[in-house]
Amino acid sequence: MAIIELIKNRPHIHTISLLVANKPGVLLRISLIFSRRGFNIESLVVSPTLDGRYSRMTITAHGEPSVLEQIIKQASKLIDVVHASEHKDSREVVEKELALIKVHAKAEKRAELLQVIQHFKSITIDLGPEELIIQVTGSTEKLDAMVAFLQDYGIIELVRTGKVVMGRGKMTT
Amino acid sequence: MTKKATTGAEALIKCLENKDVKFIFGYPGGAAIPIFDALFDSTIDLVLVRHEQGATHIADGYARATNKPGVVLVTSGPGATNTITGIITAQMDSIPLVVLCGQTITSALGKDAFQEADVFGITAPLVKHSYLVKDPNDIPRIVEEAFHIAQTGRPGPVIIDLPKDITSADCTASLKNITMDLPGYTIPEKAPKKDIQKLAELLKASKKPLILAGHGILISGASKEMKTLAEKLGAPVTNTLLGKGAFPENHALALGMLGMHGTAYANKAVSNCDLIFSIGCRWDDRITPAKIERFCPNAKKLHIDIDIAEIGKVLQPDAYAIGDAKAILTELIKMVEPLPTEPWLKELDAYKKKYPLGYKIHGGLKAQHVIDELYNLTKGDAIVTTDVGQHQMWAAQFFKTHAPDTWISSGGAGTMGFGFPAAIGAQMGCPDQTVIAIVGDGGFQMTAFELSTAAIRKLPLKIVVIDNKFLGMVRQWQELFYDQRLSGVDLEGNPDFVKLGEAYGIKGFRIKRPADVRRILEKALAYNDGPCIIHAEVVKEDNVFPMIPAGGSSDDMIIEAPKYKMEKPKGST
Repeated sequence: MAIIELIKNRPHIHTISLLVANKPGVLLRISLIFSRRGFNIESLVVSPTLDGRYSRMTITAHGEPSVLEQIIKQASKLIDVVHASEHKDSREVVEKELALIKVHAKAEKRAELLQVIQHFKSITIDLGPEELIIQVTGSTEKLDAMVAFLQDYGIIELVRTGKVVMGRGKMTT
Repeated sequence: MTKKATTGAEALIKCLENKDVKFIFGYPGGAAIPIFDALFDSTIDLVLVRHEQGATHIADGYARATNKPGVVLVTSGPGATNTITGIITAQMDSIPLVVLCGQTITSALGKDAFQEADVFGITAPLVKHSYLVKDPNDIPRIVEEAFHIAQTGRPGPVIIDLPKDITSADCTASLKNITMDLPGYTIPEKAPKKDIQKLAELLKASKKPLILAGHGILISGASKEMKTLAEKLGAPVTNTLLGKGAFPENHALALGMLGMHGTAYANKAVSNCDLIFSIGCRWDDRITPAKIERFCPNAKKLHIDIDIAEIGKVLQPDAYAIGDAKAILTELIKMVEPLPTEPWLKELDAYKKKYPLGYKIHGGLKAQHVIDELYNLTKGDAIVTTDVGQHQMWAAQFFKTHAPDTWISSGGAGTMGFGFPAAIGAQMGCPDQTVIAIVGDGGFQMTAFELSTAAIRKLPLKIVVIDNKFLGMVRQWQELFYDQRLSGVDLEGNPDFVKLGEAYGIKGFRIKRPADVRRILEKALAYNDGPCIIHAEVVKEDNVFPMIPAGGSSDDMIIEAPKYKMEKPKGST
C-alpha cells in the first residue's frame, strides 16, 4: 500500500546530464540557475570524467518541463558548461543509483529481513548485533520500493548516491 | 643590475595594455595597491572616481559609446560590493565590462580577513563569467579569456578577483601567444540557411509586418543592414528603449519606441500587425503583456537572437534564427522582396496624425519641452544618457535617436544614478561629440559625487537635471493606481543644483520659465570649457503618456490622463 502510494504520488523527475569544466565554482553557477527558477534539485552527482579536465554532473529535479527547458538552455550558456541535456527517454540510457540503508535487525526479525534483502538482489555489507547495513543498487523506483518496504522493520539511516545515467550503445551521455 | 621579475600585477597591466585598454576607472584600497603600483608606470590612463558604483557606470557608458569593453579596478570587500549595482546594470543590458577586484591574500580567504568579501560568490548570478585567480601564471590567460568572453556572443561583465599575494608574486608566464582554455564557450556565428529561409517565407506572406528593433542590432553593428531590410520590405520599424539608434527614429518608416511608454502609433502597430519580427530584442516585460497570449495574438512572431536561451523564454516564435544579427540580416536581405505594405503604412500614418506625442508648452515648465528643445537645437546629433524614471521616458519619446550608440540608458536593471556617470564614460570615449546627461533629481543625487571626476577632466558634458522635486514615476503610479496616497516620493529639500555645481567649480544654468528654454539651452550647449549643469525646475506633477499599465497589452494603452480610477496592475511590476 505504502509503496504504491509513494510511487503514484511521486512527481515526474527529470534527469539532466551535464559535461562541465572541472573548475571551482561550476557547481555554484549551475545551482544558481535552478534556484533562481525555484527548482528544487532532488539529487546531484558530480565526478571527474576519464579526461580529468572535465566533470560529469547528473542532476535530477522536478518541475514544469517548459521551465526546465529554459534552465537547460541557461546552463548550456555558462562558460564552463560544455554540454547539457535532459534524458527524456529511459530507453536511450541506463540509469543506476545506490543506497545504503541501516535497519533494525533483532534476532527474531533477522531471517525475514534477509529474505527481503535477497528479493531486492541487495547485499548486507555490515552486520551488527541489533542492526545491519544493506547496499542496494538499481533504478530510483526500485530503491524507493525497497525503502518503503523496509520501513516496517525500522530504518535507522538512509544514504542515497543519487542517480547516474549513461547513454546506451553508441548513444552519448 | 639584473632585470626585475614581473609581478602578477605588472603582468596584469601589461596584458591590459596589449588589449589596447585606454582607461581604467578605479578606486584603490589595501588589497589593490600592487595593481595601482603597477599602473604607475603604465600608459593606461587611470581615472580616479569617487565611488566604485560610479566607476562601473562610467565604464559602462564608455563601453556603450565606443563598443569597447570598459575596465574597472577596485579593492576588496566594500570596494568590490560597491560595484554590484553597476555589474547587474551591465549584465541586464549585455554590456562588456571587465571588473578587476583586489582580494585578501589566498591564505586568508574565507577567514573573515579585513575587507574580505566572497566576491566570486556574491557576483556569480550577476556576471557572464568570473575568476578567482589562484596562480600568478594564470593571469595572462585569464585576462585574454575575460576580454574574449566580455565582448563576444551576447556581451556581459566579467569579474577577475585578484588576491594580493597573487598580484605581488612573480609571474613567469608568457604575455604573448596566449592560449585560451574555454571548451564550454561557443559563439553562434552563422545561422543555418534553412532557418533564415523560414524567416523570409513568413515575411513574404505578410501584409502588415512590424520590425521590432532591439539592442542586439547595435551590439552586432547591424544598423545598416537593419535599414536596408526595412526599406527593401517597406516595413515599419519600432524600437525598444535600448534599441534606440538601431534604426533612425526620424526615418519615414520609424514608429519610435513601443511598450509601456512607447508612442501610441508604435503600440497601435503592435496591436494590428500580422507579423512582428524581433531582431535582437528579448520580448521584455516592458513591451509584452503578462499574459503573453494577448501579445499581438494574430501576428506571426519572428525572432533573431544570438542567445539561444532567449528563444522561447517569453514567447514561442513561429520562426527564428540564432546567431549574429548582422550576418543573418545580410543573408535575409537577399531572400526578401518588397511587400505590399502601402495600406498598412497609410493606416499607421493616420495613427501618427491622430495620436502624436505632445505636451502643453504653457502652464509651467515641462520636462518634455526642455528635452524637445534639446533635440531641436542639437538636431539629434548628440550622445544622450539618462537615468531611470519619468525623465527617461520623456527623453526616449522626445529625443529621437538618429545614429547607433548615441543613446545610453539603463534598461533591464533600471538603475537610478546611472545616467550622469555613464555620460562621463561616453564623453571620455567620444571626446569630440556632444554628450548630454538627462537625469532626474532623484537619480542624479545618487551618484552626483562624480561631479569631481567630470570637473577635474574638464569634460564638456551637459548635465540636464529635470527637477520636479518628486520621484515622479512612482508618484505617477501612486496617483493612478493607489488613490493618490503619495508615499516616499517627496524630494522637497533638493539642493540648488546650480550651487551644487558651483561647489565643484562647475558652470550652472537655470531654467524656470518656458520662455527661457531655448535661450538658456543655446548658451549651455555653446559652453565647452568643462561640464555644466542645467537645472530645469519643471512642474511638480506631470505624468508620462501614452501608458500601458504594467502587465497589460498594447490594447490597454491609455493616451492621456484617465478620468476614472484605474485598477492596480497585476501580473507584473
